[in-house]
Amino acid sequence: MAREYMDGATAIVRGAIDAGCTFFAGYPITPATPILLHMVRELPKVGGVALEAEDEIAAISMCIGATLAGARAMTATSGPGISLFSENIGLAIMAEIPLVIVDAQRLGPATGGATTGAQGDIQFLRWGTSGGYPVIVLAPASVAECYTLTLRAFDLAERFRVPVFLATDKDMVMNMATVDTEALKRVPVRERRLAATPPPQYRDPRWRPEETFLPWAFEPIDAVPPMAHFGGPHIVRVTTSTHDEHGFLTKDPAKVQRLNEHLWRKIMDHREETEFAHYDPQEGADVLFLAYGTPARAMREAVRQARAAGHRVSALTLHTLWPVPEGILSFALRGVRRVVVGELNFGQYTREVERIAYREAARHGVPAAEVIGVYRVDGLPLHPEAFLKAIT
Amino acid sequence: MATRPASPIPVSITWDTYRNERSYPFCPGCGHTHILNALNQALVRVQRDPHKVVLVSDIGCVGLSDQYFAVNALHGLHGRSVAYATGIKLANPELTVIVLIGDGGTGIGGHHLISAARRNVDLTVLVFNNFNFGMTGGEHSVTTPIGAHTATTRQGNPEHPFDIARTLSINGATYVWRGTTFDTDLPDRIAEAIAHPGFAVLDIWELCTAYFVPNNNFSRKVLQDLQHRLGMEMGLLHREERPEYAQYHRRLIAEQEGEPALPARPLTPRYHSTLHHPFRMVVAGKAGGKVRSAARLVAAGGVLSGLWATQQDDYPVTIMSGHSVSHVILSPEEVLYSGVDIPDVLIITAAEGLAKVHHFLRRMRPTETVFVTPAFSDVSTAARKLLINPRDAGIRVTRTNEVLLTLFAAMRHLAIYPIDALAEAIRILQRPSIAEQSLTALEASAHVKPRPIS
Repeated sequence: MAREYMDGATAIVRGAIDAGCTFFAGYPITPATPILLHMVRELPKVGGVALEAEDEIAAISMCIGATLAGARAMTATSGPGISLFSENIGLAIMAEIPLVIVDAQRLGPATGGATTGAQGDIQFLRWGTSGGYPVIVLAPASVAECYTLTLRAFDLAERFRVPVFLATDKDMVMNMATVDTEALKRVPVRERRLAATPPPQYRDPRWRPEETFLPWAFEPIDAVPPMAHFGGPHIVRVTTSTHDEHGFLTKDPAKVQRLNEHLWRKIMDHREETEFAHYDPQEGADVLFLAYGTPARAMREAVRQARAAGHRVSALTLHTLWPVPEGILSFALRGVRRVVVGELNFGQYTREVERIAYREAARHGVPAAEVIGVYRVDGLPLHPEAFLKAIT
Repeated sequence: MATRPASPIPVSITWDTYRNERSYPFCPGCGHTHILNALNQALVRVQRDPHKVVLVSDIGCVGLSDQYFAVNALHGLHGRSVAYATGIKLANPELTVIVLIGDGGTGIGGHHLISAARRNVDLTVLVFNNFNFGMTGGEHSVTTPIGAHTATTRQGNPEHPFDIARTLSINGATYVWRGTTFDTDLPDRIAEAIAHPGFAVLDIWELCTAYFVPNNNFSRKVLQDLQHRLGMEMGLLHREERPEYAQYHRRLIAEQEGEPALPARPLTPRYHSTLHHPFRMVVAGKAGGKVRSAARLVAAGGVLSGLWATQQDDYPVTIMSGHSVSHVILSPEEVLYSGVDIPDVLIITAAEGLAKVHHFLRRMRPTETVFVTPAFSDVSTAARKLLINPRDAGIRVTRTNEVLLTLFAAMRHLAIYPIDALAEAIRILQRPSIAEQSLTALEASAHVKPRPIS
């Protein structure tokens, strides 16, 4: 059985290349820089363009422009860069740009600890732009998952025409690990759905003279419209402002409501398609360990030790953080007396777990599971002991 | 308006090929109308397929402009239009990409303009420069002349105006023109700029009749005299031919496409390891001493011997000075938690590394081992101490092979897996010239015998 020895950055870049990524723009920042370096070196080999932009705002802007002209784009940064992406994340939501954004998290706030890992951006990624519309956030917990979840990120970006984040951290991106070649599963990535070219003699009366299709018609409202690239068979208008089905600015309340409801429902009505996790149940266990990213590795080590010592524990590694995988969570929470959530922040995701635990308890008329958060914010990885101490 | 075929090129290009039937929303006398009409004339003259034309509009009243054209359009965030346009051009160099930006956009997005000029991306940038923010109520912008009255400079503007044209001229733009909406050659200049194969910018001065005109008794005559007052000359200021940026990337692709991208370097286990439990090793050296690459070879040798390895490197951002400490775990099972509480083996080769591992030395017990080079034979620890002298190798000890010799000697002593596995790791992971040096060190390390220190 062949193995490889590599870091998460290499796995992410390999995933991007296998997903058909053809454009990358980034700005140097520890610990995301290795991804930029790989991309600049490798992307021309697959016919793509990669460059160092003048700043993070330019990096994501270029990715957006390139996507509209037909590329599959990715960018990578850390928390400070996500701050600078913020406004354009909103644009990518509004203009329905499929885009993959890697956040190699480092200790914050502000410049924080450039060379130390953290998970302080988890709520920021979800709520980091105005309006509050949904995005998708995935979190790999191994080098192999850095590869497979990058593929999934590209797939979901195409499926929903939305920015998809890969929330990882310094330790996952920069530490080397042994990978079974078989674990590098090449999960399928959907092709971009493009608008069909109608026969030239055919004209729809709803279309404008220059139009050959309506780029922003959502029928039904939760359907993701097909794309038309600049330079392709259709002339297309794209705008970051509230728009009608043609892409003209509009303030017509009915059209505004329909657009915004579409942006919400195209994802939230289909959230089950975004739910990924690894569930490791144990018969008779009423304690559930829960983690994502690097702490999930300490968690699995804790599970190994706890079971060896005769404790019964189940474990849930979340691969999707947003939308909150409520189906998986409510399933894993059944019959659980205590949930131990390990994070490299002060409980940003613990509050989501608590929310689901209380809601499920109310729904079924049973006592809610006790949700215990174990946190670490000194830049070092969470220790297996942290989970073990919380069992009893 | 006539129905025209969808593709590829309209049968005949007319005044309504690029301009649609919607009427402009601008105030009476606003210069935007002149510039957009001139743009339409230029497009008719240049005769590009409208499917291949993209207007990228910025924010402000100018941001409305793209809606009056029957070509592709992107209306994005304030100041970022040039960066979107760069992405569009890089992804599809066939496209004619025209940026419509105001003086406000050149302020907030000035860095993107300068960067696009330096790269010489084939874009045409029309600056709708009316010296203030017209959409938000007449606030001053980066081009507002000194002394001018605006909503935010009621006592007169104290800021020096930004010279867009000259700034871009001296920073790489290859076509730079400055004029006013009253210049009759404006359509010709726009057509020329579109045809120019590089970064072209037209700084077009105009009247904002809603704010700047009434607030400053501004007029066509004052506008046309302003160049003298500001010392900003008009006309074609700069034109040159220089390699274009999108073409640079196409050349890279032409040279490299088809080469394997990030090829896998499989390590197929074919050696045997005696290890039955996780083994944690820390190498503490100095930056620039090849600590990380040496540790990587040891880990890869483990993988070739059927072990699971992890590696966590710690070094300062100034990579050529300070410490370099690598933590390697080898285990017969997958390593989940890659942190090291107490190492089974600690190797010290430099004072910079030693300074980072005192906590390990304090915690280590007699069942664990510390390997030290001669300078560190007196470190204090309860662990068993073994001295390694790289000079015993019989080859010249250098900054780049000292750690290799030490680490290889330690691996020979520990006998966790066969030395042949290390040799194979070197051949798989390193470039031939580097591999040769590493193999020399591996061979010479046979003469280095660790000796107990009492």
